[in-house]
Amino acid sequence: MTSTIEETASAPADVTRGAFDLEWGDLIKTGAILGLGLVFMSLAGMPTGLDGRLLIDPFLSLGYVSLLWLPLIVGWSVANEKVLEGMVATRKSARDVVAGLVVGAIGGAGLSLLIVLIGAFDIRDPLVNWNEKTQAFLSFQRGTGFGVIACIVVSALLAGFGASLHLMPRRVRRAIVSALLAVISVAVFESFLVDVADPLSFLYTKTGGLLPLWAAVVAALALAMTLSGGGERIGQARTNFQELTGPAKTRQNTILIVVSGLALIIIPMITGKITQELLANVGIFLLLALGLNIVVGLAGILDLGYVAFFAVGGYTTAVLTSTNRGPDWPEWFPTLPWWGAFLVTLLMAGLVGLFIGAPVIRMRGDYLAIVTLGFGEIIRILFLSDWLSGYFNGAQGITNIPPADFGIFEVKGTDPRSVFYLVLFFAVISIYVSWRLERSRLGRAWMAVREDESVAEAMGINTVNVKLMAFVVGAVLASFAGAIFSAKVGSIFPTSFLILVSIIILVIVIVGGMGNIVGVIVGSIVLVGVLGGPKQPGLLQEFSEYKLLIYGALLIWMMLQRPEGLVPNARRSRELHQDEFLQDAWLKGKVDDADENGNGADSGTVAPGLAGGAS
Amino acid sequence: MSHLLEIDSLSVTFGGLHALKDLNFHVDEGEIVGVIGPNGAGKTTFFNMISGMVTPTSGDIRFEGESLVGLDPNQVTQRGIARTFQNVRLFANMTIVENVMVSQHCRTKQGVWGALLNTGKFRSEEQEIRQHAEKVLGFFGSRLVGYRLEQPASVLSYANRRRLEIARAMATKPKLILLDEPVAGMNPKESAELTDLIGKLRSEWGFTIVLIEHDMNVVRDVSDRVVCLDHGETLAQGSFEEVSNNPDVIEAYLGRPLEKT
Ligand SMILES: Nc1ncnc2c1ncn2[C@@H]1O[C@H](COP(=O)(O)OP(=O)(O)O)[C@@H](O)[C@H]1O
Ligand SMILES: [Mg+2]
Repeated sequence: MTSTIEETASAPADVTRGAFDLEWGDLIKTGAILGLGLVFMSLAGMPTGLDGRLLIDPFLSLGYVSLLWLPLIVGWSVANEKVLEGMVATRKSARDVVAGLVVGAIGGAGLSLLIVLIGAFDIRDPLVNWNEKTQAFLSFQRGTGFGVIACIVVSALLAGFGASLHLMPRRVRRAIVSALLAVISVAVFESFLVDVADPLSFLYTKTGGLLPLWAAVVAALALAMTLSGGGERIGQARTNFQELTGPAKTRQNTILIVVSGLALIIIPMITGKITQELLANVGIFLLLALGLNIVVGLAGILDLGYVAFFAVGGYTTAVLTSTNRGPDWPEWFPTLPWWGAFLVTLLMAGLVGLFIGAPVIRMRGDYLAIVTLGFGEIIRILFLSDWLSGYFNGAQGITNIPPADFGIFEVKGTDPRSVFYLVLFFAVISIYVSWRLERSRLGRAWMAVREDESVAEAMGINTVNVKLMAFVVGAVLASFAGAIFSAKVGSIFPTSFLILVSIIILVIVIVGGMGNIVGVIVGSIVLVGVLGGPKQPGLLQEFSEYKLLIYGALLIWMMLQRPEGLVPNARRSRELHQDEFLQDAWLKGKVDDADENGNGADSGTVAPGLAGGAS
Repeated sequence: MSHLLEIDSLSVTFGGLHALKDLNFHVDEGEIVGVIGPNGAGKTTFFNMISGMVTPTSGDIRFEGESLVGLDPNQVTQRGIARTFQNVRLFANMTIVENVMVSQHCRTKQGVWGALLNTGKFRSEEQEIRQHAEKVLGFFGSRLVGYRLEQPASVLSYANRRRLEIARAMATKPKLILLDEPVAGMNPKESAELTDLIGKLRSEWGFTIVLIEHDMNVVRDVSDRVVCLDHGETLAQGSFEEVSNNPDVIEAYLGRPLEKT
């Protein structure tokens, strides 16, 4: 709910200030932070690691892009000024460009220093990337002397450019930004685009990288589209859509759902395997995230061991379908087709949910989080243990899990499209379950428990039962994912169910928007689809080594800037922005402050114009 | 005939502090009983014990002849005792109507399957919950209904929050309502009006009421009987006149005679 006052004239005090009348202390601090950021990224090895991947052949590699976006963004943001809590004004004058240049130069000097220091000292032992390769990369392969100057100049220019974006008319700024983003996305998503539509491969060179000519064409197209007002028209359409109410809104929503449903059915038919695989992975994590969303988002139970139910789902299906399960199973123990095993899996997950939930659910807050974390590990270690290796093969895992056979079609790992359709089917079920439950007696009770557990209890809600129910529903939804995962991969190991999986599912829910189904979908697409799952590659395959770094950075950034998530739940964002929400409501005249004016007896009467204000 | 609520030599200590000492007390069906006493006297603690949020150290609480000691708060509410909180504790981010709907939880029973299959029973129960909620909110005139229904409780004025607290207690369909300082923070006009409503809670809705209140006008106007606590001890019980003229009570209020206007 942060409001941005865009395009405001500079405050009168600014006009009289010269271009060099800057807050030097702040600039030096920001510059130093930028410098540290750049040095950290360089030593983390991301730029050199990605240098081999050309974006625009032969000018620009992903390595440089992964480093140089930093000064650009910092330059843009030094020109932002906080005027009030939650309000940002944008100053616009030559001063800001100077500020950008200064900050950029200081940041770049950090890299220059690194170049020099790498030559002078050898601390390769703890810092593996403290080497000539990094030095050469930072010097643009042209020797240290050139590098020292170039780093400062390039960084200063980029930050200055970032700051100068504020000076441009809005439309020009948007056009430039969209052209930049367009070129970079077309270049970065090369393998995906070629997979979706093979003919597009004419854009790229054989060894990877956009051809310079086509890069220019893409940029020109994006520029032309934005300059002709494309962006504004999309924005307008979106506002129109959001402002719809009543039956018109329902109709729009129905159309939207039908269209996206059809798209989801058709897309995998025309794309290649990479995309299908990607969609299947997104779907599996979506299933998990939807389940966790009920537990964390709706009932407010911070479950850090959610992977346990994924594991139980996976192993139950594996044991019931594989020919290579442990040797200790009794003779009579059946081998079932996938769907039969699936039904048993649901039951099993529900029981384990009850079994783990019963002792855990009486705890609150941090204690509960830590205990669930423990249970998540216990389940994995049980599957890994020697003690149960007669049943689950320990670290060898269970292999030879047959595909899920549905007569008309088979779901197996080598055919990601079939996996995707199965996942889609269960995702629809999970979404339906979440949607119905949220609007039911049970859903309201979950909300109440999340808001204030002791009051909920005093209002007659059996909080233990209600929370246990959330736990069990969550467990059953996770087992959907486990069962499909078994059939998809064909073999499962304890290492498929590390704590990391729990964390990533939680990050999906948090980044997407806790308690919001659309948010969870967006979160799965952004994190698993674009960045990749714990072991699954995403669109940005090149970054997979730095995936956790990016996850962490993203999470921190989200917590600071947008704790309610990408697509927030209305209620949750109210919780997080209580003050701002009340300010907004007050500005719109919706706050019920009649009593403070002393005319309490009238406080219920609706002021003219307020009656339609409910939203 | 046995009493609706019987308190039998009830005591509780927190560490070394005797928050309540040997309280004997009863409430009959249809009564409105006032509980007064200076701050820290143990009044709220008394409510916490009835509603199951604090376990007494010794003594017994009987409701309709059955002991409540050891029950969870939700079980107490299920038996028919509802309460409000002195420091208003609404579900601030739920809407006004949701606050009241969720309080009918223990009187309704549709679970996961009803919601998933959208059965006829589920739908009619939802409708009943909603109707009852609107009926309860309607008790406070036009203040909490209409466009307010779908607003979050956090936008309400202080007085309206107090009203919503009462509505939430009413929605649990109790026999006995415990009101903890219901008019605190209200102006005289509002508190006079609420005093009226408290009378109606008995005459129109048939609730029995125990009321903690500092505003002596309110206590005098609605209470059949009054009990005064101080430092956990029972100073006096009886009619408002008797209690307010009791020398110990006057002493407890710092020697100040009670306002009698
Ligand atoms: N949970 C608790 N733990 C420790 N002390 C408490 C607790 N609850 C209340 N007390 C103490 O008991 C005494 C009575 O408090 P309370 O019942 O809230 O008084 P009041 O009559 O103003 O409502 C106070 O001294 C308070 O500090
Ligand atoms: Mg009190």
